[in-house]
Amino acid sequence: MAETIILEIARYSPERDTEPHFQSFEVPVHKEWVVLDALNHIKDTADGTLTYRWSCRMGICGSCGMMVNGEPKLTCATFLTDYAQKGSNIRVEPLRYFPVVRDLVTELSDFLAKLKKVKPWLIHPNQPPLSQGEFLQTPTQLERYKQFSMCINCTLCYAACPVVGLDPTFVGPAALALAQRYNMDSRDQGAGERIEELAHPDGIWGCTFVGECTRVCPKHVDPAGAIQQYKLTAVLEWLKSFVMPRGEETKHGSGETGND
Amino acid sequence: MDISSHDVLLVGGGGAGLRAAIAAAEVNPKLSIAVVSKVYPMRSHTVSAEGGAAGVAKPDDSLDEHAYDTISGGDWMSDQDAVEEFVKEAPQELLQLERWGCPWNREPDGHIAVRAFGGMKKRRTWFAADKTGFHMLHTLFQTTLKYDPITRYDEWFVTKLLVDDGRVQGVVAIELMSGKIQAITAKAVILCTGGCGRIFPFTTNANIKNGDGMALAYRAGAPLKDMEFLQYHPTGLPFTGILITEAARAEGGYMLNKDGYRYLQDYNLGTPEAKPVLRSMELGPRDRLSQAFVKEDQKGRTIQTPYGSIVHLDLRHLGEKLIDAKLPFVRELCLKYQNVDPVKEVIPVRPVVHYMMGGVSTDIEGATPLAGLFAAGEVACVSINGANRLGSNSLPECLVFGARAGQAAAHYASQQPSPNGKTMALANDERQRLESQFLNKTGGRERIATIRNEMQSAVEKSAGIYREQSLLMEGAAKLRELQERYGDINLDDHSHTFNTELESALELGFMLDVAESIVQCALHRTESRGAHQRTDYPGRDDEKFLAHSLNYRNPDGLSRIEYKPVTITRWPPGERVYGQQTSKQAQEH
Repeated sequence: MAETIILEIARYSPERDTEPHFQSFEVPVHKEWVVLDALNHIKDTADGTLTYRWSCRMGICGSCGMMVNGEPKLTCATFLTDYAQKGSNIRVEPLRYFPVVRDLVTELSDFLAKLKKVKPWLIHPNQPPLSQGEFLQTPTQLERYKQFSMCINCTLCYAACPVVGLDPTFVGPAALALAQRYNMDSRDQGAGERIEELAHPDGIWGCTFVGECTRVCPKHVDPAGAIQQYKLTAVLEWLKSFVMPRGEETKHGSGETGND
Repeated sequence: MDISSHDVLLVGGGGAGLRAAIAAAEVNPKLSIAVVSKVYPMRSHTVSAEGGAAGVAKPDDSLDEHAYDTISGGDWMSDQDAVEEFVKEAPQELLQLERWGCPWNREPDGHIAVRAFGGMKKRRTWFAADKTGFHMLHTLFQTTLKYDPITRYDEWFVTKLLVDDGRVQGVVAIELMSGKIQAITAKAVILCTGGCGRIFPFTTNANIKNGDGMALAYRAGAPLKDMEFLQYHPTGLPFTGILITEAARAEGGYMLNKDGYRYLQDYNLGTPEAKPVLRSMELGPRDRLSQAFVKEDQKGRTIQTPYGSIVHLDLRHLGEKLIDAKLPFVRELCLKYQNVDPVKEVIPVRPVVHYMMGGVSTDIEGATPLAGLFAAGEVACVSINGANRLGSNSLPECLVFGARAGQAAAHYASQQPSPNGKTMALANDERQRLESQFLNKTGGRERIATIRNEMQSAVEKSAGIYREQSLLMEGAAKLRELQERYGDINLDDHSHTFNTELESALELGFMLDVAESIVQCALHRTESRGAHQRTDYPGRDDEKFLAHSLNYRNPDGLSRIEYKPVTITRWPPGERVYGQQTSKQAQEH
C-alpha cells in the first residue's frame, strides 16, 4: 500500500471564486486514519483556510457528511486505506444538491425548515399529569418506530435522492422518516395533523421509490420504507376522514399511563 | 453594528440548553428566548452520551440511596443540599422526557426499564439502548421546534459576555455563515456550553468541547469551581478515544489485564463474580478504575500498543443477542472504528479524558455570583458530582439544572430593565479586538495546531490521573509561555465566510485559560480525593480541604484561588467502600 495518498478537494470561496475548483493535497496513509483525519491534517499543517464541519468523530453528531468519490459518506467513518488499497485518489466534495457556503460546507436552513414542517414532536392533547407516571409502551410497540428514530440528520440521504435533485421543494427522506417515527409511536395522536401538511405533491407523493436514501444511510434507517408506509397511512387517514370527524380518532394502547 | 435583543439568552443548545429554553418559555410565554449555538443543536455533544440517565424509578430503590451513592462516589465533595434536590427531581425530568417522546427502553409490561451502572447500589439508570444522549437530545430539539418564543441562532460563536453595571447584559457573537460580528443583548444569559475535554490530547469529547463557557464566565469575573476534578473514563478505544460505555460493564463485561486476569480484584474493589455485582469490581466508580489501570501499567501487566498501554474489555460471554439488544452502538463503534467484533473478540481500551466535574460556580438555581449570569450542565459546577461523577448522573443533571436555570433566569429577566446603552460601546470594543488580533492581523509566527498540541501534552503530563507538585509547576510555566505565544498567532484565513480557523483560534484562547485554571487548582489542593490524586499528598485531608476551590481571574490575568466549605446535610464524610462490603455499609446509613 502507498505511504501517501492524494486528496482532491473541492474549493470554493464566495469572496474569491466565481465557481468551485479542485485542489490536491498529499497526505500520509495511516491505517487508523479516516478522510476527516486527512482533512484535519491539511488544515493543521498546510492550509488553515480549508473549511468543513466536524465534531464527534464517532458517527453520531451528523456534521461531517461529504461526497467521497461521488458517494455521500460520513467522513469520520470513511477509511483512507479503503482507497489506498485500490490505488485511487480520493475526491472530496460538498454534499450534492445543497447550496455550497464555502469549500465543503453546505447550507442547511432549508433542511431544518423541512424537519420542522413535519411537526416532529409528540402530539398527544390532554395528557394526564406527570404524577400518573409514564405512558405505557411495550417493547413491541417501541420496535415499531425505533429504527425511524435513529436518524442523525446528516443529510446523506438528500445528497443521494434524485427527486431532491430535481425538485428542491420535496420534503425529502429524513424529514419523512421522522414524521413516520412519530406517526408509528403508540403515544402519538398527531398522524392526522401531519398528513394535512404532507399529503400533497411536494410531501410524500414526490418520492418515486428509488431507494438510494436507504442505501446510503449510515444508521440503517429505512426512509424509503417509511415513505411507502406513509403513503398507505395517508390513504387510510383520508378514508377515515369520511367516517370520523378530525380529533376523535384514538389509538389503541395510547393514553395509558404507568400508575393506572 | 447590528444588535438584537431578547429576554433570556442561552449559549449552547445541548441537553441543558434546550431544557433550559423550554423551561424559560413555560415560565412566561411572553418572554423572548434565544438559543445561540456554535453548531446546529442536534450536533451538540449530548448526542454522544451512551449509557443512560439515573433517576429512582423502582420500588426497591429510594432517593436517599441515590443521594448516598452520589455523595460517596464524589468522595464527599458534593454539596448535599444540591444532591438532595437533584435526586428528587431527576425522576420527574426523565418522566417529562418520556412524555415528550423519548424512546426509553421498556419492560415487557410497558413500564420504563432501568439498568445497573458504576458506583450505583441499585438499578436506576434509564436508557435508550446505548444511544441515550442521542435520543434525549433529538427529543429535546424536536420538542423545542413547537415553541414559537424560542429563536435559534444556529452556528453563531459567542466571543464575549457583555458586562456593565455589575450585571451580564448579553453577548457578542460571530455569525459563522456571514462573518458578521454582532451584539445580542439579553436580561439574563445562561451558559450551557458543556465541557472542555479537548484541552487534553486523548479524550472522548467532540471537537467542539473547548471550555468556551468556562472561559467566558472566568473572563467576565465569575469564579470557576473545583477545576482540579477531571474524570478519566476507564474504557476508551485507543487512538480515537471513542467511548465504550460503562453500560458494557453494567451488562456484565470484564476488565482483563494482559494475562486475562480480572485485575480490579487487586485494588480494593471486591472479588470477582461471574455476574455483575453492584458497586463492585467492574461496577466500581470511574476514578478508582482509571487509577487501577495506572497501577497495573506500572506493574507491567498491560499490553503495549503504538497508542499507549491498553487492557481488555471482554464482552464475549454476554452473547450476540444481549449485545445487539442492549449494546448495539458498542458493537457498531468497535466494528467501524477498531475493526474488532465484541461478540467474538476482546476490546482494547485505556483511560480517556471524559468529563469535567468542575465548572462555573452556581447555586442550586443555576445562578452564578455574577448578576444576570446562569449556567447548567457540564459547564457548571452546582456541585452534585464532587470529586468524581458517577456514570449516568450527568444526563439528568443537564435536565434538572437546565430546567432550574431556565426558570430562575426567566424570573430574573422578568424583573430587569432593558440592557443599557454602554453595551454597544463594549460590543464595539470586542469587534475591534477580533479584527486587530485575528482577522486583520498579519505576520504572526505561531500556528494554532502547534500551540494546541503543546498545551495538550503539557496538561496531560501535569494534570493527568496522578499529579505531583514539580510536574504541576512545570505545566503551569509551560501554559504561561503558551499564553504569550498565543499573542503571536497567525491565521491563514482572513475571510468572513465561515471562517473556521478564526473559530479554532478563539477556542484555543478559551482552552488555554481553562487549562491554566485546572493546573492552578490542582497545584493548590495538596491532598488526594476522588479524581484528584497527588502522589506527594496521597491522603484525603478533610480538615483543610473539605472545601471547594473557587478560581477567580485577577485584573492582571493571573488567577486567585479561594476556598468555600462543602455543604453537608445528612451524610458526614466517611470512607468510600466498594466491593462486597458495600451492602453492610449502606445499611448503616
